[in-house]
Amino acid sequence: MAASLDPAEGLTARPGRPLRAARLRLSGFFWRHRWAKGLLLLAPPLLAFGLVYLSSLVALFISAFWTVNPFTTDIEHIWNLGNFRTLIDSSAYRTIALRTIGIASAVTLTDAVLAFPFAYFMARVASARGRTFLFVAVLLPLWSSYLVRVYIWRLILDQDGVLNWMLNKLGLPDQHLAYTNYAVWLIFSYVWLPFMILPVYGALERIPHSFIEASRDLGAGGFATFRRVVLPLALPGVIAGSIFTFSLTLGDYVTPLLAGGASSQFIGNVVYSSVGISNDVPFAAAFATVPLLVMALYLTIARRLGAFEAM
Amino acid sequence: MIRIRRAHVLAAALAVALCVPAAGISSGNGLPTSIGKGEGQLNLVAWEGYTQPQWVTPFTKATGCKVNAKYAGSSDEMVTLMRQGGGSQYDMVSASGDASLRLIYGKDVQPINVNLIPDYKNFIPALKSPPHNTIKGVHYGLSLQWGPNTLLYNTQKVKPAPTSWSVIYSKKYKGKVTVPDNPIQIADAALYLSKTKTSLGITDPYELDQTQFNAAIALLKAQKPLIKKYWGLASDEIDLFKNGDAVVGAAWPYQTNTLIAAKVPVKDLIPKEGATGWADTWMLSSHAKHPNCAYMWMKWVSTPKVQAEQALFFGETPANTKACAVMNKLSPGSAAQYHCGASAAYFNSIKFWKTPIADCGNGKKDCMDYTQWQQAWTQLKG
Repeated sequence: MAASLDPAEGLTARPGRPLRAARLRLSGFFWRHRWAKGLLLLAPPLLAFGLVYLSSLVALFISAFWTVNPFTTDIEHIWNLGNFRTLIDSSAYRTIALRTIGIASAVTLTDAVLAFPFAYFMARVASARGRTFLFVAVLLPLWSSYLVRVYIWRLILDQDGVLNWMLNKLGLPDQHLAYTNYAVWLIFSYVWLPFMILPVYGALERIPHSFIEASRDLGAGGFATFRRVVLPLALPGVIAGSIFTFSLTLGDYVTPLLAGGASSQFIGNVVYSSVGISNDVPFAAAFATVPLLVMALYLTIARRLGAFEAM
Repeated sequence: MIRIRRAHVLAAALAVALCVPAAGISSGNGLPTSIGKGEGQLNLVAWEGYTQPQWVTPFTKATGCKVNAKYAGSSDEMVTLMRQGGGSQYDMVSASGDASLRLIYGKDVQPINVNLIPDYKNFIPALKSPPHNTIKGVHYGLSLQWGPNTLLYNTQKVKPAPTSWSVIYSKKYKGKVTVPDNPIQIADAALYLSKTKTSLGITDPYELDQTQFNAAIALLKAQKPLIKKYWGLASDEIDLFKNGDAVVGAAWPYQTNTLIAAKVPVKDLIPKEGATGWADTWMLSSHAKHPNCAYMWMKWVSTPKVQAEQALFFGETPANTKACAVMNKLSPGSAAQYHCGASAAYFNSIKFWKTPIADCGNGKKDCMDYTQWQQAWTQLKG
């Protein structure tokens, strides 16, 4: 404000005229050539995506074909398929890959089953105030560190933990969930639940009420309406949520490390120990291509089912 | 203008970086002959419990070297940390015998001048030039402490008190056993087999031919269903014992001391089959950025007082014989308890960690090397 009172302001504005003309010409150009505008807008993120993300993926894939000198652990740039052969031949790595995919699927299924009624209540039953409250309740755990929440679960499930203490008070026997794959499944289902609730809620909220009324008018009962109207329309939301829960579980290594037992290694744990303990980056890269392929397959299927329209 | 100033700063920084090591350590035949001025910082890779404030704080106060420590959970991790990023990230590592030779032959560490360490002459003879850190009379580091890997158990849950390693291989404590997540653990199984299955003919648990190795792996495979968790860091095992998820396991005395301090009813022992153990060495990185602080650190940790403090804190035995009296002063009877200034006979009864190599001295090179140990361990954990 103070600047506009300055008399010099008016003087400097006049030589600005040609500048304004140039600006108009530029905007005219962009109006005539829509593609140019799009290109200009997208260039920086696309460049970053291409340079940072894709090139590192390519580098990863290339290094998977190299090998490591076992004594000095230097990377040797000799092209070979040894890492992939080890992956296929060794039953241990097959078990680890299947375990990772299996638990990721179980977590996704659990979250879908838990999230659906919750999201349905939020979208169609709760009052405006109740909805706000539920939103906060869903998002609040995300404010605390993921690590803290895993450690809290460890305290709950431990042999001398909170859960056994409560069970004993009720006269029930101890549970032995701590440091098992069940604990890993339980903790994953808990930490990724908000990522399933939100897209399902989004999909359910978008179903017009008139569709449901029409279904009832045409004589469909509550269950038939749910099965033939609500569920198909909400399915893309569930699939979208499942992309989050599935991919987050697939790539994680912290929960199996902290809460897993003697047979709880995930793909991520092998990658972590290959890099951090045996310094075998090529093998880690080779194993890391497995979740990449699984996710590519998963996303292709999800696209077919219309998940991207719900995101 | 800004660009010029930045260039000046860079040039100055470069000049300082080039001059400081040269000015600090005057060299003759490659080894320093005196310790120069400290660089203000020291980055260490250490076992958990090796850089306690109790002796690090006075060190920083006396020398101005701020100590940054990174704990490693296994010797493999130590080797990897010392090699990552060109090897200049860390100045020193408290390497055990199964890492030290790998570091020496990998040229990751450099020779040191033990004459700059006044307490070196007070070390027990076995640790003055041990084969795990001295090659052809060249010292690649300073011996520090040593001790056995022990059997740890909860005195209220494990009855009668165990005397043998068999307790971690028997079904009695199924789901309550914990052992280190470390390929060198195969040696513990081999040591147990060397006493219980003499037909295998195991004489050294680190020198195993295919048959002996397979027998050790088979024993560990049978043990797997009994395991609650393979622990990575000492603190993991402490948690397991504290929360009642494990009642018996392979441990270091450090865990025992920490758990007893937390009033958990535990005890440890060296079972009748004997024990594997470690003899640690502070080694200096070939690319160390703070060599003067590193030499000051070696001088500091080998003094009787710090040696005794660390020995009592971790539960291990100092290399410096002068530390025994200090140990007894701090905690009466502790010198005898930890075999301070031990005889060669006791020292040799512990099977110290070393890197398994194919050539195990019989000229046939048919022993399993460490890569095979690592692979077998990964497969075992599955």
